[in-house]
Amino acid sequence: MAQMMYWEAIRRAHDEEMARDPLVICMGEDIGVVGGTYKATKGLYEKYGPERVIDTPISENSYTGIGIGASFLGVRPIIELMSVNFAWLAMDQIINSAAKVRYMSGGQLEAPVVIRAPGGTAHQLGAQHSARMEKVFMGVAGLRVVTPSNPKQAYGLLKSAVRCNDPVFINEHELMYNLKGEVPDSEYFHPLEGSEVTRQGRDLTLFGYNISVHWSMEAAQFLSKHHGIEAEVVDLYSLSPLDRKGIRDSVSKTHRAIIVEEAEAPVGVGSEVMAIINEECFFELDAAPVRVSAKHVPTPYNHTLEKASIPNAREVIAAVLTMFGK
Amino acid sequence: MDIADKKRVLREMLFARRFEEHCYEAYVERKIGGFLHLYPGQEACVTGVMEAARPGHDYVITGYRDHIHAIKCGADPKHVMAELFGKETGCSKGRGGSMHIFSVEHRFMGGYALVGGPFPLAAGMAKAIKLKGGDEIVICFLGDSANNQGTFHETLNMVALWGLPVLYVCENNLYGIGTSLERSTAVTEQYKRACAYGITSAQADGQDIEKVYEAAKIGVDFVRSRQGPYFLELCTYRYRGHSMSDSGAYRSKDEVAEWAKRDPILILREHLIRAGELSDEEYTAMDKVIMEELDKEIIPYAANSPEPKLEELEKYVLAENDPWVNPQVTGGAH
Repeated sequence: MAQMMYWEAIRRAHDEEMARDPLVICMGEDIGVVGGTYKATKGLYEKYGPERVIDTPISENSYTGIGIGASFLGVRPIIELMSVNFAWLAMDQIINSAAKVRYMSGGQLEAPVVIRAPGGTAHQLGAQHSARMEKVFMGVAGLRVVTPSNPKQAYGLLKSAVRCNDPVFINEHELMYNLKGEVPDSEYFHPLEGSEVTRQGRDLTLFGYNISVHWSMEAAQFLSKHHGIEAEVVDLYSLSPLDRKGIRDSVSKTHRAIIVEEAEAPVGVGSEVMAIINEECFFELDAAPVRVSAKHVPTPYNHTLEKASIPNAREVIAAVLTMFGK
Repeated sequence: MDIADKKRVLREMLFARRFEEHCYEAYVERKIGGFLHLYPGQEACVTGVMEAARPGHDYVITGYRDHIHAIKCGADPKHVMAELFGKETGCSKGRGGSMHIFSVEHRFMGGYALVGGPFPLAAGMAKAIKLKGGDEIVICFLGDSANNQGTFHETLNMVALWGLPVLYVCENNLYGIGTSLERSTAVTEQYKRACAYGITSAQADGQDIEKVYEAAKIGVDFVRSRQGPYFLELCTYRYRGHSMSDSGAYRSKDEVAEWAKRDPILILREHLIRAGELSDEEYTAMDKVIMEELDKEIIPYAANSPEPKLEELEKYVLAENDPWVNPQVTGGAH
């Protein structure tokens, strides 16, 4: 297995799929000649040309709609939105066209598009360039939502998403493109549904996704070393559908749950996972589930305020210790 | 169009008129629900344009006033009516309704209910044709008010930039829901707005099907010969309100009466009668056959068709058994 950065893994998935199928194309702002703001499409313009690696004008709703329209006739577009915040502009096409067309056509049409966008809070990008929008997409019927926490997932989820016949939204993270990790040397397809136990534990489950898996892992290691608490960490790489069985299995084993999310608490992953725990395994619980979430504010510019607006491993540790009465 | 063609399209337009009138009645009787946008007055637009194109070969997409577009592309009127009745035999299996008629086998790629939404979808299909090769074109029919959406401007820029084979047909019926063109739009002649993006455009009388056909032929040939996208404005009028929930009270009776003198069916009928190619008796007989087809076949088919099964409520949300959802389990990985 080779060590590879998150962006390199995404780039490799693009390259392999485009080499295999001439109807796989990619489009977005600055993805061609420039190679992508996060280098996810670096070198592809030179390799596949401007008809397949399309630098779009800054017209998010319509270029997303063009990708969706192309997918009606069998093209497999990978659409990059430079920041997830720009997805607000493309919501009409993502939701009203891509997610609903199979249903409202009675199964005659489908929109096999992949839409990738980085979310999250990075380094002082301010309120309109630092957002977590996964909660918005999760509630949309007809759309799959996945979110890679490491390079292997970034590679394998994109590979599967390109081939899947449903529209797939891939929620990446501004801060994770340079994260290194192992990626299989041979071709690998990650499941689009399910969850992954990243760390086995007996005392409680930390549910995380994307960057919060890393905070959860850091917290779990600290808790094991300093407090003898063994936390299980479950990576919810599929946000829609959420893995009800995986959630139930882990809570049935540990009997305690904390959901760690970079997003604000209201109407989010945490509230949804809590609801699933209630529905699936309420009587397995030894303690009320807890959320560790962002503050419900637009992301501040000021460095200190920005850091204080989102959780970190320390907050996870504190929540665990409170749960255990320590 | 020769005489036989003209008589055929006269029948088609009359059928369209009667079809929509039957929809109106069924709506009043509550057999059709939701929003219902009817086409009377505009029949020459889609009929004339598609005479110049290749229905079933070229891809067509439109907004919510879509029944007649689907039928002109080849959809069975029985299946369109059944869709309006919400039946399993409807062309969208009762899941779409009036605003979401689809007949993909006839390359009618759907009716969409967000004003301006189809602009980029049409461009995307044109992009797919360009990538795959082939002589198809995409024809996108929308109303004048769609041109006030961002998608009009964003998409026209891109189709011009990338030379995509798409014909945009603007059916300018002078009203966006209940607001007149003058009150909503700074430049009322819609073809001029396409010029801003370097797109070849034209304006034609949308009530005289021969003029529609001639204007559309230029546009269709232009796009088919891959000279670029094309924008055609057809000046037309809808007799009824925007939808069934709109009485059209914002328009004067005089205005409606003036336009009724330029009725597309009337114009073609008079033309054929003057040319000695049609008699009143022949026209009346044609109408009678149409009414019988609607009353004895189409409406009963829709009324008597089965409802969708309740247990299939959640079908068509996602692909069924897609091998790439769980590739290692299903073996899709290799």
